[in-house]
Amino acid sequence: MNLVLESLRRRPRLVAILLAVLLAALPFLMGFGLGNAWLRVLDFVLLYVLLAIGLNIVVGYAGLLDLGYIAFYALGAYLYAWLASPHFGLHLPFWAVLPIGAAFAGLFGVLLGAPTLRLRGDYLAIVTLGFGEIIRIFMNNLNAPFNLTNGPQGMNLIDPVSVAGFSFGRPLHVFGLTLPPTYFYYYLFLAFTLLAIFVAWRLQDSRIGRAWGAIREDEVAAAAMGINTRNLKLLAFAMGASFGGLAGGLFAAFQGFISPESFTLWESILVLCMIVLGGMGNIPGVILGAILLTMIPEALRYLGDLQRAILGQVVVDPSDLRMLLFGVALVGMMLFRPAGLLPSRQRRREFAAEEGLAEQEQANLYDTRN
Amino acid sequence: MALLSVDNVSKRFGGINALEAVSLTVEAGEIYGLIGPNGAGKTTLFNCMTGLYTVTSGAVRLEGAEVQDIPPHQIVKRGFARTFQNIRLFANMTALENVMVGRHARTRANVLGAVLRCRKTRAEETGIRDRAHELLRYVGLAGKGRTLASHLAYGDQRRLEIARALATEPKLLALDEPVAGMNPNERQQMGELFRKLREGGVTLLLIEHDVKLVMGLCDRVAVLDYGRKIAEGPAEAVRNDPAVIAAYLGGEA
Repeated sequence: MNLVLESLRRRPRLVAILLAVLLAALPFLMGFGLGNAWLRVLDFVLLYVLLAIGLNIVVGYAGLLDLGYIAFYALGAYLYAWLASPHFGLHLPFWAVLPIGAAFAGLFGVLLGAPTLRLRGDYLAIVTLGFGEIIRIFMNNLNAPFNLTNGPQGMNLIDPVSVAGFSFGRPLHVFGLTLPPTYFYYYLFLAFTLLAIFVAWRLQDSRIGRAWGAIREDEVAAAAMGINTRNLKLLAFAMGASFGGLAGGLFAAFQGFISPESFTLWESILVLCMIVLGGMGNIPGVILGAILLTMIPEALRYLGDLQRAILGQVVVDPSDLRMLLFGVALVGMMLFRPAGLLPSRQRRREFAAEEGLAEQEQANLYDTRN
Repeated sequence: MALLSVDNVSKRFGGINALEAVSLTVEAGEIYGLIGPNGAGKTTLFNCMTGLYTVTSGAVRLEGAEVQDIPPHQIVKRGFARTFQNIRLFANMTALENVMVGRHARTRANVLGAVLRCRKTRAEETGIRDRAHELLRYVGLAGKGRTLASHLAYGDQRRLEIARALATEPKLLALDEPVAGMNPNERQQMGELFRKLREGGVTLLLIEHDVKLVMGLCDRVAVLDYGRKIAEGPAEAVRNDPAVIAAYLGGEA
């Protein structure tokens, strides 16, 4: 196994080709192997990767704890619905709506960021949490006096993505196969996710990324190094938010229906969990976190069948058990890999340093006692 | 024109007058010492000068232009850098990365440049890296670029802070107790580094407790006590000033 890994490491181009083939073939493997339901899960995995990559810019790079991130997802989704559904009678093409949605969410990122510039840590988390809820409650209630969001009923009949006259909304019959829309959305989401990963990766090792890291480490010292902390924090908020807005637009087109229920606090926390679990600040870690936290809950649905097969009846409702096991898994993670599954260099050092410090303190304590 | 002039600067925190009408001027090319007992207001004055605090009244001028109301990052761009008394390195970054952050003020790559990584950005990035290596060598940290800042020895952390500040290309460098906690040997080496800096054209403003170092190094010295300037002048004159002796030894002035 190690030998295989080692030989792969020496051939990065081969790895890239294998990965590309795998990513291209994945929907067919999933669709024919496990069924269309799993292909849908796969599409959501990509959306969550996109969200996690965006939130990672804010939380992982700049160190700004944002608990209301899903608000930007909601803004992107609603903007898509406003511009491409019968609600206002507008039907703009997706390639126009998606950038507008990303920019719209980015603008709100700045609007949210501006009043929180002086806040840090816990206080920032509380304010952003409040912001996330405000957006959701607005969406829930803005059906009167002017019907903007259709309230709790949500917005329906959102236009599917269509490329050169080919609508993603209907299944395609080709070579005797029926390919449902989930296939096309997979490739669309994959393209945007790869783009987001590329942007985040390039930013990480740049003057901007270093400045974010400096703000994360020590804001006062960062300012004393000539870093405009205000602008760079706003930039982080805006970048993260626009990734969220983009994901929201894709989500709206994919589902064809959105309602405030999709944008609860739980979703914000889930995306944050993906980052923390996978390894804050590290792109492969964040991707892994998003994959695991989207797939595991789905896989745990089979627990009902399993119980029936072994015990003859369903003893514990799988949806209860699912969340319980999910919680146990998270606690276990935090105990055994506190820096995340694939921590960034920086995070790993941080935790290692703290451990070293704790040991040192223990030793000092021991010395004084004797 | 003086490089830095502090004109009647006062700073109040609630009912406490941390600084009362302090004035001083630093000329280009000199090493200027700022001494005084603990709590005299030295660091407060530093913070007022570098934009971390807003002054209650008075003016700070850098090459004649008033800077007391502009934010810290712009003061750095105007050529006034500083270090901190309680070392404030980016602890989880390497020594090299710390110095590279210091180049921020003198480089311009934006988001688009960073994402596209065009030729200009790549050239700039190489320049940042080369300059950072150079500065590490200059302060005596050659070969320690890959060490984590928090893993460096104490004296090396102080050196790294200086390298990081130098990366901003300052005309005036303010050092807040740069040799605190060092042994005599290390202090002497730091003294040599300061002389080398001055020869390189950097003006130094130094807060220091080590009177011997200050007297040996500084062209002029100002003494603060309870937020007031009680003496200023050539080191030798200040040393024999009765007010200064009283402030340090608690005698009657």
